[in-house]
Amino acid sequence: MGLETEYEIPVLTTTVESVVQWARRSAIWPVTFGLACCAIEMMAMASSRYDISRFGAEVFRGSPRQSDLMIIAGRLSRKMAPSLRRIYDQMPEPKWVISMGACASCGGVFDNYAIVQGSDQVVPVDVFIPGCPPRPESVIYGIVQLQKKIAASKMDQSPKARIA
Amino acid sequence: MSAAADLMTALSAVVPGAQYEELQSSDSNVTPVILVPAEHLLATCQALRATPGLEFHAFSDVTAVDYYPQRQPRFDVVYHLVSPHRRARVRLKVRLDLNQTIASITSVWPGAGWMEREVFDLFGIFFDGHDDMRRLMMPDDWEGHPLRKDYPVQLRKDAGTYMPLQVTAEEFRANLERDRQVRPQPS
Repeated sequence: MGLETEYEIPVLTTTVESVVQWARRSAIWPVTFGLACCAIEMMAMASSRYDISRFGAEVFRGSPRQSDLMIIAGRLSRKMAPSLRRIYDQMPEPKWVISMGACASCGGVFDNYAIVQGSDQVVPVDVFIPGCPPRPESVIYGIVQLQKKIAASKMDQSPKARIA
Repeated sequence: MSAAADLMTALSAVVPGAQYEELQSSDSNVTPVILVPAEHLLATCQALRATPGLEFHAFSDVTAVDYYPQRQPRFDVVYHLVSPHRRARVRLKVRLDLNQTIASITSVWPGAGWMEREVFDLFGIFFDGHDDMRRLMMPDDWEGHPLRKDYPVQLRKDAGTYMPLQVTAEEFRANLERDRQVRPQPS
């Protein structure tokens, strides 16, 4: 970015890509989707005490078709996995996934037949947040990490390239 | 005489030929525990509900216990019944082995159907006479019955990400058609 001052009105020059990625990372709207106790911390993160709207991500959308981000908040059971995948598939590109907490990331304490041992078996995950459950500050930190990742990525990256 | 003995005396008069047995439990003073032969379960439940003086109108729970490999027969199917106005409870236990089936009590208490489906799902005990004996908790295409003691706790396989349609294409169209007839389109 450069500020051009020799013209009559000041002009800011930049690339389309950085402007688009700035817009994308400054308004990450998560889908309203909670699986277990981590969802309580996710709700606390959205409330006034922690206030995720400071980072532009407070608008939890009730429909996957209006969302950019899926926060997998809680343990993912094998029966739930197809539903989670269907919600993910309904989200428009570009879309990102945060795996919140130990259970979503690796199964956590539920090392058994009913729980998926890591939600990256089902959807491509961008950021893993450790904790059981992670505190709202951790999730906010995860969202900031995701913003950095978006800022550093290409604008027209195809979904297939991102998944692979 | 104990509460269980009273119950067994009353039941023997109504259900001929059934051999009951009193079992001990830590809460026997509140909830008498009676061992019921599998072939007399349905008659016993009907008697417990309908006999004056017993009147166990409320059905509370059906569950099961697997004693594999310590015991043969390996399963206990456990029924909890309540008589609200007599303030009495009773627990029935039925011993079952693998591949044995048991009579469904949905004809006596229709609400038992959900619990029987759960027991079928998790223990693989089949209830004769239940009109919808499908899995309740695990996915429809699941293999095995997880609460059996010989079922592995950990399962190393990839998660399924595809869910087959619950209805066929014809059923889907028929449902749409029926909806149109129930709720006519505004003109």
